[in-house]
Amino acid sequence: MASTEEIRSNLAEIVNEIAGIPVEDVQLDKSFTDDLDVDSLSMVEVVVAAEEKFDVKIPDDEVKNLKTVGDAVAFIERAQNG
Amino acid sequence: MSKTRVVITGLGATTPLGGDVSGTWEGLLAGRSGARRLTDEWVQNLAVQIAAPAAVEPTEVLERVKARRLDRNAQFAVVAAREAWADAGLEDSGLDKERLGVAVASGIGGLHTTLSNYDALRSNPRRVSPLAIPMLMPNSSAAYVSLEFGAKAGVHTPVSACASGNEAIALGLDQIRLGRADVVLAGGTEGAIMALPLAAFGQMMALSKRNDEPEKASRPWDVDRDGFLLGEGAGILVLESYEHAKARGAKIYAELAGAGISADGHDIAQPDPTGSGARRAMERALVEGDLTPADISHINAHATSTPQGDIAESLAIRLALGKDADHAVATAPKSMIGHLLGAAGAVESIATVLALHHRLVPPTINVDKLDDQIELDVATEQRKLADGDLAALNNSFGFGGHNAAIAFKTV
Repeated sequence: MASTEEIRSNLAEIVNEIAGIPVEDVQLDKSFTDDLDVDSLSMVEVVVAAEEKFDVKIPDDEVKNLKTVGDAVAFIERAQNG
Repeated sequence: MSKTRVVITGLGATTPLGGDVSGTWEGLLAGRSGARRLTDEWVQNLAVQIAAPAAVEPTEVLERVKARRLDRNAQFAVVAAREAWADAGLEDSGLDKERLGVAVASGIGGLHTTLSNYDALRSNPRRVSPLAIPMLMPNSSAAYVSLEFGAKAGVHTPVSACASGNEAIALGLDQIRLGRADVVLAGGTEGAIMALPLAAFGQMMALSKRNDEPEKASRPWDVDRDGFLLGEGAGILVLESYEHAKARGAKIYAELAGAGISADGHDIAQPDPTGSGARRAMERALVEGDLTPADISHINAHATSTPQGDIAESLAIRLALGKDADHAVATAPKSMIGHLLGAAGAVESIATVLALHHRLVPPTINVDKLDDQIELDVATEQRKLADGDLAALNNSFGFGGHNAAIAFKTV
């Protein structure tokens, strides 16, 4: 199983690729919309890329709950372990 | 009522000859061809394997994240618009953005995005990009140009195939003359060098099949022409009311005197062989610009290098200008840059404006033997224009029978 830091780091690369946010800014306490300026369409791209990278399913209904990077990392950890 | 005077205060282009206006203009003056044989894997089973790709990849110029949100045609438009904006000195001019309009045309639109997302759809619908619609919609380029500079007057996308670029300039002229804007970023863009357009235009017998001599393929007015060469890129002109340009001390390249729009009402693909629709477009541009045939010293022809189209246009020019066509130096930039479809009129309007500005007409290349049905004063080498007041016409015609002629004059 990937560690929390490995998931955060891989997610940071995805966010960088899609939205151009520096990887070091993508920290667990950051909000995608308020801190990182990831808009809703980019968020959809991040979710799809994360699903492929981490081999998990992130239902559309769940996306609105992923407010911070930490929320997303925690969801991915649970999904991988589930 | 007197017409509002409209002038050209900025130019921007990215073409098969250069990533900017100066590179393009130098290439045109030098008679350089932007054509080459394509080596991509997707071209191998096509009948037509030649094109004139952009000299500079837009992804090398744009910020990475911006580039991935724009279809190729919008990438070209933004690159050209940034150059035009800077050239016009508008950044710190205090321009009221509610008086800034946009008219950016495309003949084909975001086909790259359409095709790549269709591939994604067939593999897994979840892979279709949430940006697919904003990238493939025909107004995408105009919208992204407006966002780039915060334009808040009308933002328009005329679509009339290969007449689109000129039609955008005509629309921009109207916006200023109707009092709806002081400045309009007007032009066209196209990024359609892909398998489907090459195959489809090829099936129409519209393209040159001179695969072994790409630089000789586009040969407007030559007796051995066999169709057009597909090009790509964008051209954007800053149109501005003369009063507004004067008040801010802007440099002025030329005056946009008038535009003439007409339709053939003849056929979806073939030009009217009598040249009557194209003639009316030119005549209307002259009337709107308060010009007479005697004023026209230069014609930037549509001249795509198709067997019928070049003859119909020559006939139309003779009908519109009469004997005065004898002293109108004609040139065909498509011999060098190929046919940029929805961007053609815009890029060639820039060439026309610069020809007046520098009083120098670029050559038409590959006219080894002039077709004897072409009755024009063809510039096969650079030609100097006279001093004094001059005017010029730029023609663009499109599938569907669209004709758009623009008249420019020296200031």
